[in-house]
Amino acid sequence: MSPKTLYDKIWDAHVAHEAQDGTCLLYIDRHLVHEVTSPQAFEGLRMTGRTVRAPEKTIAVPDHNVPTTPGRDDPANMTEESRIQVAALDTNAREFGIHYYPVSDVRQGIVHIVGPEQGWTLPGMTVVCGDSHTATHGAFGALAHGIGTSEVEHVLATQTLIQKKSKNMKVEITGKLSPGVTAKDITLSVIGVTGTAGGTGYVIEYCGEAIRGLSMEGRMTVCNMAIEGGARAGLIAPDEKTFEYVMGRPHAPKGAQWEAALAWWKTLYSDDDAHWDKVITIKGEDIAPVVTWGTSPEDVLPITANVPAAEDFTGGKVDAARRSLDYMGLKAGAPLSEIAIDTVFIGSCTNGRIEDLRAAAAILKGKKIKDGIRAMVVPGSGLVRAQAEEEGLADIFKEAGFEWRLAGCSMCLAMNPDQLAPGERCAATSNRNFEGRQGRGGRTHLMSPAMAAAAALTGHLTDVRELM
Amino acid sequence: MEKFEKLTGIAAPMPLINVDTDMIIPKQFLKTIKRSGLGKNLFDEMRFDDDGNEIPDFVLNKPQYRNSEILIAGDNFGCGSSREHAPWAIKDFGIRCVIAPGFADIFFNNCFKNGILPIVLPQDVVDVLMKDAEKGENARMTIDLEAQTVTTSDGETFGFEVDSFKKHCLLEGLDDIGLTMEKAASIDAFEAAASAQRPWV
Repeated sequence: MSPKTLYDKIWDAHVAHEAQDGTCLLYIDRHLVHEVTSPQAFEGLRMTGRTVRAPEKTIAVPDHNVPTTPGRDDPANMTEESRIQVAALDTNAREFGIHYYPVSDVRQGIVHIVGPEQGWTLPGMTVVCGDSHTATHGAFGALAHGIGTSEVEHVLATQTLIQKKSKNMKVEITGKLSPGVTAKDITLSVIGVTGTAGGTGYVIEYCGEAIRGLSMEGRMTVCNMAIEGGARAGLIAPDEKTFEYVMGRPHAPKGAQWEAALAWWKTLYSDDDAHWDKVITIKGEDIAPVVTWGTSPEDVLPITANVPAAEDFTGGKVDAARRSLDYMGLKAGAPLSEIAIDTVFIGSCTNGRIEDLRAAAAILKGKKIKDGIRAMVVPGSGLVRAQAEEEGLADIFKEAGFEWRLAGCSMCLAMNPDQLAPGERCAATSNRNFEGRQGRGGRTHLMSPAMAAAAALTGHLTDVRELM
Repeated sequence: MEKFEKLTGIAAPMPLINVDTDMIIPKQFLKTIKRSGLGKNLFDEMRFDDDGNEIPDFVLNKPQYRNSEILIAGDNFGCGSSREHAPWAIKDFGIRCVIAPGFADIFFNNCFKNGILPIVLPQDVVDVLMKDAEKGENARMTIDLEAQTVTTSDGETFGFEVDSFKKHCLLEGLDDIGLTMEKAASIDAFEAAASAQRPWV
């Protein structure tokens, strides 16, 4: 047999039909659904008299719109439009008989945090969701990617997706990370190297000692932003850490099935002489704590750097950088560490897991945030929130001056009431710094939870290593 | 789905790179449970000021481009989220074809599901088309999907590549789900075999 990559192996195990031109029907093992990109798909099923082919493989949870303040179970506390979307998901989940975690359920949270937490996401699976950050699940060695609403309808009706195979890219992070450097710094630094289109047409496999050294939470952070580099999906080969994380979760296999699953999962790695269409290697020790300065996730620099000038770039990026600097209200040459902020947001499917909250709390412990800063922590799920409370992290955040919220996507995309005002500047642990992403006119700097906590203490972008 | 065969229309130039889906349709318009009516909010934050007034400099607000049916764009158009609201808004505005040096993967796929043809052409060709589009409403461009050609207002013609299956679906206006359901036997067989091999899934 010819050597294969991890992506090749998962792909080959899921092709239900292949046409002569290479167009395939890829079988989907898990379909995650949320309230924003699914109403039109369910409506499509109704209009055509179709049904959900595999409701037992379909999991729904409201996350994008939901308020993160107390009393949110009361529909009166949602805007009319949000209420309608959440109510539609409620109705669709019940009518089509799919698994569902309503807002009132402690297991509710961001779909990409709930899936792994409940053991829905397993190695070697194909996982899709009408959300680009589905790439998160690749941390388990699952082929996971975002799809549009028409494809959501297609998967609901047929449990397959029409696909052509992507190319293979290897991103190796060698060696060890320096203190203060986290999974977020890895994933942002990779995008800084590839650009936001560098991954287009590829599935990325992240590997190397620094990746192996990450926890499952860290690996999810890395894969989460594969889409920000343009890749269809990001993957990390499963290992003992993966198996340990999965074991005992509510929907993970048990007993003899666990043993059978484990035997297959252990074959899920890229063969030594597998073919790679593109290889990128970065030394772990060369990665510093980073922040973004512009309005694209590729606008990444170490916190010790200065704001670049538009003229530092070439081609179409010159105009784009000029537009970014203007939007962000930044002057070329100013140290990044002197940029004053108004708001701190810790949360999202990128950095809303327990390890992220621990990292931020470690910086905040016994300290107060700078006067006048608005800071909030939005745990990624009700269970992350409960665990953080049990570990005493919630008290650290509250005593430091952070708001301690309920689970949801919140200010990552500002579809709920958590938004930036025009001109307001935010240190955010989320994944996109696009114009208007966190609110019209809002200015977003992406960074790790530890870096966001450091910024909350000083009131400006800060090298977390100075506070360690 | 509406067929796409041949289109002659005004092309709007938008050379900015990395136009993301938050720019194409900001999140406040994702709260709809319908597919229609989003055209009025296409590029909302670039098109309108804080008070909802048109920003005259924005290309689609200029008189000569208000009826554009083609968009000539910068590289990596449609990056960001998977929201199909982006192609819905583009289509609802009246644009049926977007030409760029590159597209983000999910957006690219979403276009084909909605009767929009995204065309990838090398930067130097896009530069020629951008110049042609800058001539305004008298410069009508022609897209012929069957022949796989773009013809400028000067009659200069460029060929483009398109996936044969996607081309077929666009030309015929075919519904993907219906086509897949014709292969139900293959899916049934796969499902039976897979559940024997991987019963834990």
